[in-house]
Amino acid sequence: MDNIIEVSGITKRYGDFVAVDSLSFSIGKGEVFGLLGPNGAGKSTTILVLMGLTEPNSGKLSVCGIDPIRNPIQVKKKVGYLPEDVGFYEDYSGLENLVFTARLNGITKSDARIKALQLMDKVGLSEEKNKKVGKYSRGMRQRLGLADVLIKNPEVIILDEPTIGIDPSGVKEFLEQIVELSRKERITVLFSSHLLHQVQQVCDRVGIFVKGRLLAEGNIENLSKHLFSDRNCLIEGEIESISSESKVNNRTADDLQQELQRMEGVIKVTIKDSYFFIEAVTDITANVSRYIISLGFGLTYLKKKVFGLDEIYHRYFQDSAPV
Amino acid sequence: MKTGHLQLQTYFNLSRIKGFFKRDRRNSGYDSRPFLIMVQKEITDSVRSWRFIILLIIIFLTCLGSLYSSLSNFSEVIKNSTGENSFFFLKLFTHSDGTLPPFFVFVGFLGPLLGISLGFDAINSEQNRGTLSRLMAQPIPRDFVLNAKFVAGLILLAIMFFTLAFLIIGAGLIALGIPPTAEEFLRIVSFTVLSIVYVSFWLNLSIFFSVKFKQAATSALSGIAVWLFFTVFYPLLINIILKGLRPSQYALPRTVYIFEKLKFGLVQIIPNELFSEITSVLLMPNIRSLGPLTTGQVAGAIPGALPFGQSLLIVWPQLTGLIALTMLCFIFSYILFMRREIRSR
Repeated sequence: MDNIIEVSGITKRYGDFVAVDSLSFSIGKGEVFGLLGPNGAGKSTTILVLMGLTEPNSGKLSVCGIDPIRNPIQVKKKVGYLPEDVGFYEDYSGLENLVFTARLNGITKSDARIKALQLMDKVGLSEEKNKKVGKYSRGMRQRLGLADVLIKNPEVIILDEPTIGIDPSGVKEFLEQIVELSRKERITVLFSSHLLHQVQQVCDRVGIFVKGRLLAEGNIENLSKHLFSDRNCLIEGEIESISSESKVNNRTADDLQQELQRMEGVIKVTIKDSYFFIEAVTDITANVSRYIISLGFGLTYLKKKVFGLDEIYHRYFQDSAPV
Repeated sequence: MKTGHLQLQTYFNLSRIKGFFKRDRRNSGYDSRPFLIMVQKEITDSVRSWRFIILLIIIFLTCLGSLYSSLSNFSEVIKNSTGENSFFFLKLFTHSDGTLPPFFVFVGFLGPLLGISLGFDAINSEQNRGTLSRLMAQPIPRDFVLNAKFVAGLILLAIMFFTLAFLIIGAGLIALGIPPTAEEFLRIVSFTVLSIVYVSFWLNLSIFFSVKFKQAATSALSGIAVWLFFTVFYPLLINIILKGLRPSQYALPRTVYIFEKLKFGLVQIIPNELFSEITSVLLMPNIRSLGPLTTGQVAGAIPGALPFGQSLLIVWPQLTGLIALTMLCFIFSYILFMRREIRSR
């Protein structure tokens, strides 16, 4: 069994509203998978279905080889789930909260304490272990949430919008912790987010989720290749600044523009001051640099425009926008 | 030789039974340890909370007050009593000098308050704090949450009521200088158990509201509304209805009997009424019937106290009704909770 999470054709309806529409995807062991989508796309519902907390109307799924619809308790033994905006018992200390969770998972009292202390240390809360959770900051709660998820030694952890409400440096730290865990202990991680930059930083693969449908999945490189194959390549660069009259090897900047225009595959060239923008049918960045230098111009910078998640995101959300 | 054989057989049988239980446990996929841990936590939470401490003080003061009012002119009771069946200890629970109601009336009045305040935020506070979805992610069946809340409340109530009852008996021992008879003790214990059932009805009702309503305030208010309806408005409503139906002075005895039956039947769905009927029969052995009796039925009866078993038989329908109401509330909250989809906050 290679894939730890297998989902095929899951549909979940609430009355007339289709929250998840024939969703299929799979996640391999040790992978970090990001579910990316705007609010209300059905990410949380998908997670609830995976945890066996709600029943889908149709479709099949298995988590760790177990069907969460029929055997939710077995799934919950192996899967740690951090709900969106997690809550703790406020008048208990962080340590007591962890011990309680551990004991619900069948760990004995003394073992639970040892394990909880270890995890508090791991997530950097050992100083605050006896402080009441009511006095914890948002970031500390989230880290306690991570410890809470890990205390059952899960094979999979599922995090629903784990980075909401944490400051940027806290987010980075938190995400690094998750990735480190995944790598070190081969824990499969699935997390949902509507913030693409975070997803881009840590995920091996992402699934883009809009209106209950998985529009695309794959790693970010593949996604952009797949998505923007029909688009032209955009190159931007800068040459050593020359005034409009002065010449380099008897060529003005205007001449350069014409020369570039003649290159194979080039559609359009614009020059503004010392900056130039080239639109080409294929990726000719290397050729452009060689050519400019051979003409004697000084090339100060050259960049091929890569389509990141931003573009992917916008493109999909535009496509899905109501017409 | 033969005994050895027998022992061996018994041993095998035992091990088989043990094996059966073990297998059963594994097949069901969970054991009851998490449940006990949850109950333990609920009890700890309640005992530590200010709410419970305040309630405890109120109940304790009530108990003291009613004890005082019953003991202050207890000599009257002793003087007026005749014969062996005077049941002094039961009088501790039912007698009053008029300044304060007796203990069993107080329980009937404050019991709902106690039950409602123990349960009104059982589920919705977990939901609002965001701990419910975290709890649901643990490998425990969903009904553990609801059952643990109820069982914890029940244990607390049991401890509280038994303590109070035994305190009153203790005070009575000191004040009267005689021990209670076995029958008195049985009657007091059954009254205590009954009070627990009665308060657990209100506990279940308020747990039901806590599943139904997201806001704790709404659920507390609904509980109090039901309580007020049953103590104030429902009797009023019945009075209005009965006024219209009252037979004339010259009506046939049969008509009067049917009217009285109806009058009796209509109040039987009020939990407070059920409770006060059962307690009065249990604590006052002289009461021989709850509903209307015809002259034919009364003819030949010897006035005197009933034995405990007979008193219990009289209130059996009421007792069944009260337990049924309790179960009904629990079933409704169970169904509602099990079918609910739990999202974070």
